[in-house]
Amino acid sequence: MNAEQTLIDYTLRLADNALILGQRMVENVAAWPELEEELANANFALDFLGQARMLYSYAGELEGKGRSEDDFAYLRDEHEFRNVLLLEQPNGHFGDALVRQYLFEAAYVHILGALVECRDEQLSAIAARAIKEVQYHVRHTSKWLIRLGDGTELSQTRVQQSLHDVWRFTGELFAADDIDIAFQETFGGPDLSAVAALWRTDVAAVVSEATLVLPDDEWMATGGKQGRHSEHLGYLLAEMQYLPRSHAGATW
Amino acid sequence: MSKQEWPLYEVFVRTRSGLSHRHAGSIHAADDQMALDNARDTYTRRSEGVSLWVVRSDRIVASDPAESAAFFEPAEDKIYRHPTFYDVPDGVENL
Repeated sequence: MNAEQTLIDYTLRLADNALILGQRMVENVAAWPELEEELANANFALDFLGQARMLYSYAGELEGKGRSEDDFAYLRDEHEFRNVLLLEQPNGHFGDALVRQYLFEAAYVHILGALVECRDEQLSAIAARAIKEVQYHVRHTSKWLIRLGDGTELSQTRVQQSLHDVWRFTGELFAADDIDIAFQETFGGPDLSAVAALWRTDVAAVVSEATLVLPDDEWMATGGKQGRHSEHLGYLLAEMQYLPRSHAGATW
Repeated sequence: MSKQEWPLYEVFVRTRSGLSHRHAGSIHAADDQMALDNARDTYTRRSEGVSLWVVRSDRIVASDPAESAAFFEPAEDKIYRHPTFYDVPDGVENL
């Protein structure tokens, strides 16, 4: 694998993660239980869409085939997406969506931290901008996790279940494949085993403050990063891509 | 189902150029830390501020509108409390 292709593949993974989580959060717009939290959710979703746009534009530039950010987002099929499985899981209730976002961002913040120091100038600049957004998200979601876990008996039971439900998707965040390893070696990208250790320390501290129990590491689902997705991604893409595919070039 | 509202908080924002915090509005939040987050997400989305204060509305001690005559009107005819009331004698420097 040449260095150029490694950089494109790696950038697209980052972009797909941001887009798919952003789209999942957009699905919750106008459905959140409090006005203030509604605003926070929409703000966060837009942060992710903004990151996705920068990353897709950069991938298109590197690829040099004239593909725009919209081409990547709207005109690729399910197997071409490289997001982790965790992010395409359905929204569920408030606690489910919160736990999914928190578990991802607790890792993402350390991945971005490493990317700021990487040898690709553009990715480093995008990461430097994104990390400030993500640090705030983590602050916000971790406090919510503590509130729900250390809240009422009902909120504790439900959010503990949320943790159990998505735990099997967390292993993929740290399962380094050829692209991760090549990106680390060639561009000084994140060492995923180091990220995993930081993640576990952070998550264990928040989960314990939330009076919750860390689920056991059992079988972990993988495949999203290689384009093998759960059944949920197709529905997400169908909704997201419907308009640009039915009305090519539509603008407003 | 009955729904209990979260307590109301008043939000004060210090703008980039401003010297003091100014009242921006109010938000609901279940606790102090959530109030700070909600204030950030509601009132500083367009880079309006560099510092935030929040305080529970029920902790603010306010003057009673019924007493406003006794509270504020006596100040209206005390023109000698304004510096413009005084003539500056000729020859005074550094004033």
